[in-house]
Amino acid sequence: MSNVLILAEHENGRVKKSAHELLNIGQKLASQIGGQVEAMVIGQGLNDLIQDLGSFGAKKVYAVENAQLTKYNTVGFAKALAASVEQAKPSIVLVSASPLGKDLLPRVAAKLGSGLANDVTDLKINNGKLLATRPVYSGKALVDVTFNTDLQLASVRPNSFGAGEPQSGQTAQMVPVAVDLGTLPAMMKELVQGKSDRPDLTEAEMIVSGGRSLKSADNFKILFELADVIGASVGASRAAVDSGYAPHDMQVGQTGKVVNPKLYIACGISGAIQHLAGMRNSKVIVAINKDPEAPIFTKADYGIVADLFQAVPLLTTEFKKLLQG
Amino acid sequence: MKIAVLIKQVPDTETKIRIKADGSGIETDGIKYIISPYDEFAVEEAIRTKEKNAGSEVTVISLGPDRCVESIRTALAMGCDKAVHVQDGGQDFDSFQTATLLSQIIKNQGFEVVFTGKQALDKDSGQVTQMIAELLNWPQVTVVEKIEWQGNVAKVTRRVAGGAKEVYEVQLPALLAAETGLNTPRYASLPGIMKAKSKPVEKLNAADLLAGATAKVTLSNYRLPPEKAPGRILQGELDKTIPELVKLLREEAKII
Repeated sequence: MSNVLILAEHENGRVKKSAHELLNIGQKLASQIGGQVEAMVIGQGLNDLIQDLGSFGAKKVYAVENAQLTKYNTVGFAKALAASVEQAKPSIVLVSASPLGKDLLPRVAAKLGSGLANDVTDLKINNGKLLATRPVYSGKALVDVTFNTDLQLASVRPNSFGAGEPQSGQTAQMVPVAVDLGTLPAMMKELVQGKSDRPDLTEAEMIVSGGRSLKSADNFKILFELADVIGASVGASRAAVDSGYAPHDMQVGQTGKVVNPKLYIACGISGAIQHLAGMRNSKVIVAINKDPEAPIFTKADYGIVADLFQAVPLLTTEFKKLLQG
Repeated sequence: MKIAVLIKQVPDTETKIRIKADGSGIETDGIKYIISPYDEFAVEEAIRTKEKNAGSEVTVISLGPDRCVESIRTALAMGCDKAVHVQDGGQDFDSFQTATLLSQIIKNQGFEVVFTGKQALDKDSGQVTQMIAELLNWPQVTVVEKIEWQGNVAKVTRRVAGGAKEVYEVQLPALLAAETGLNTPRYASLPGIMKAKSKPVEKLNAADLLAGATAKVTLSNYRLPPEKAPGRILQGELDKTIPELVKLLREEAKII
């Protein structure tokens, strides 16, 4: 078979945007190898998700309905995914390079003895086989991955492809998958929700980011005000995190998060090579910095040489005028 | 507790990458090598775990060419007790082969807990930990930012999206992969550096540990990412440049 099978992550009873993105790229790949795109879902109360996946192009949805898998569990999810693959017999499996996908898929690759390209930013078909492109050295270089196995697995960095539009009248057939989970080690005890409802930096379409020039944690509020107006997430440079102005999970860069937004606004960030590695894939980069020699300006599409404490509030006001009329 | 920590030697994060003419990899001349930063958190956590559990021992394990002994010595100077250097014999292994041979050592030497970084900052694959866990049939927790020990049970916090965290209770044996923020790695002290010189480093050959594992993927065509066209610095006073920026983002970049 030459189908593409995607794992559809879901949250609060809704299919995540990353799954729509996978269906979109999956459909393109499947049409080039003469197959169709199919989805799998894991958890409980899955019926309501099938319709949505169908409207985004899934022809079949393999559903592992299991009360033990309402919360993420690596070993349990790996068994469920492997069982779905054995039933669906795809030639390509795609998951999102989300915290779940990146934790899960390597385990499945080892279980099934198949090749894996993790965190890819481009996918093509070449001579009937998958050709994946992924960043290495934290984005300072790219490499192509080809597969020596018939089954080919890839996790896809969010926002690398568009999501496509739902089509009314397209429906999916649901296929239940039975799996014997056995005893599961390392059960999740607790899921501590984040303080903010902003998208994670790795999934954000827009990011406003601050450096050491912010001078305090409190001053980050001007970045949050700007972010609120345009619906962005807020990031920070390592210098700002090390100075205690922002928590580790806001850090963008080589030892922080590698991000892939449409718009990245760097405020008071000089642009150390490690930071540039983490954000260079951003489609449009805006830099605001007092120092005209700051390396960030060499990577920016648009630069403003100015004190961020003056420029950022003005930018917030200007966006407000545009977006709120 | 019998503790192992897996480290990889990688180019210093400040390295400007150059690609070999045939695209088979990066130019290695003049590169300064370091312990991969996430692995350094793992080394620190291994040593702290030993310090909290009397009678424990930490073995640092690294697969690589001869130069990686330097990084092994650094980990020994920080406080690891002994080391295994898996000599790669000039061969490049894929993640599955790497996981296979490391899992052989973990099994053969009877480790109970294995620390490593969430990914090595060269190929950034982030998959060896999970593959070892599957091959050993152990649980894993990746992207770990906090570990509390209650006897032989680790209460482990894993960082997920949007500031959310997952908390696991993990029975040993287990693999734990470190994320930024787990700890602050110590510097090697001078006495530590002196002591490290006499600590044992066992040499193993990668080829002997492969157990027939063949490469599942092939990496080729290394290249630099396309350079962006130079950007535009908007000149003038803020009352002009800020509206101009917003207009450009809407009309030229079509972002907003």
